Amino acid sequence: MNAVALVLRAGVRDLARSRWLLAYGLGLAGVAELLFIFGGAGNQVVLSLLNATLLLVPLVALVFGTMHVYASREFIELLLSQPLPRAAVFTGLYLGLALPLATAFLLGVGVPLVLHGAASEAPVWALIALAVSGAFLTAAFAALAMVIALGTDDRLKGMSLSLAAWFLLTIGYDGGVLAIVSMFGDWPLDRPLLGLMLGNPVDVARVLVLTALDVSALLGYTGALFRRAFGSLLGPSIAILALTLWCALPVYLARRRFIQRDF
Amino acid sequence: MITLDGLRKSYGARSVLDGVSLGLEPGRITALVGPNGSGKTTLIKCILGLARADAGRILLDGVPVDADGQYRARIGYAPQSPRFPANLAVGELFAMLRALRPGAEVDDSLLDNFGLRAEWATPVGTLSGGWRQKVSLAAAWLFRPDVLILDEPTAGLDPIAAGIFKHALRGFRAEGRTLLITSHILSELEELADDVAFLSEGRLRFAGPVHSLLSQTGMRRLEPAIAALLRGLRVETGAIA
Repeated sequence: MNAVALVLRAGVRDLARSRWLLAYGLGLAGVAELLFIFGGAGNQVVLSLLNATLLLVPLVALVFGTMHVYASREFIELLLSQPLPRAAVFTGLYLGLALPLATAFLLGVGVPLVLHGAASEAPVWALIALAVSGAFLTAAFAALAMVIALGTDDRLKGMSLSLAAWFLLTIGYDGGVLAIVSMFGDWPLDRPLLGLMLGNPVDVARVLVLTALDVSALLGYTGALFRRAFGSLLGPSIAILALTLWCALPVYLARRRFIQRDF
Repeated sequence: MITLDGLRKSYGARSVLDGVSLGLEPGRITALVGPNGSGKTTLIKCILGLARADAGRILLDGVPVDADGQYRARIGYAPQSPRFPANLAVGELFAMLRALRPGAEVDDSLLDNFGLRAEWATPVGTLSGGWRQKVSLAAAWLFRPDVLILDEPTAGLDPIAAGIFKHALRGFRAEGRTLLITSHILSELEELADDVAFLSEGRLRFAGPVHSLLSQTGMRRLEPAIAALLRGLRVETGAIA
């Protein structure tokens, strides 16, 4: 087994037994269960789960990820004092954080959906899109947490930056887009708005699931533009490509910081 | 042997190491001492490659250390405040460390001597500070390194474990291996150290055998000798005078 796999295995073993991760998975399962009890049919539950996913997954990945990196500082030093390349240690640590978080999400959301037979009530593509979106958001925001935590040794500052990033990307960004639309409503904004939508992973994930659910009324302005511009086949491919880039960019930045910084 | 040649390191405008040149001889224990913030931990981190020096060279047996870190296979390190993944069992941690260096010679005598095998299935996060220190020391010792770097090694250890470890260190020295220790427990350093390197404000103020320091300062023991160095420094820099 190589160094990446060994560091990854240690990370997975550690987080798989973490009470916080268990609480996250059970919390998601509890939300899904409540939605099934009070929310009605499959489509509506998937929609409500999408909203919960878009808020909770980035928040948990950022806060938990930032705390995890700070708590692992001495362990990172132990690993870096071994004859291992820094890049391998980083890859193992990142995957050891992102994979357990993504697994907790998939189990927390997926098990209630399977138990309640959601696949017979909601389009399978929508369920897959929800799972893919949650996994990509976890990967992207866990990497962003590493960028933040590796960028400052001040834990309070790091946590504040993580919360600010969450607020900006889940709430503030859409407010900004709305402000642009209202200010420049007379201008042809289609293309710039599509660009803006692809510039936020939360928006991309939302549109990916909503296009799969075929609920035009909920797509919103940018979602409708997205569907009109790319159609129902090209759209999801572009959304997944955008989410992939949204994972790759923070992973690249975190890796570069990890390799270059002093510990 | 480890040779530091003109090592410089700054964090922003603050100079932490200012042209430190020092030789760590095999078969000797060097005590790295100095007031808080004098640059001891940074010096250790530079040797390990955890921090990169701005200037100067680090040589291991006359060969500059490589960027890929393979030289670290010859170094064992125990940090000042050891913390490991909280939910990992002691046995899993050591299994991982062994697997990271397949084929390396293993010396797990400290695991036995510290009684760590009884805690094999215990999550590291539930161990007391003293037990975590034992884990850290046994991990640094695990591959029988040529060079052992220990930052406050006996902090938190009970007297029996501290005695076991000091005995092991003497054996280590007798085998001609190199040891660098920092500690604020000067009586302990007095007991173990052959050489002293005294750092203050990033500069090496004294480096040499313990007996030289004692004769230079006119003291009989290391603790007042270090205190005399510190006082001299304060007078020199005008902090007290």
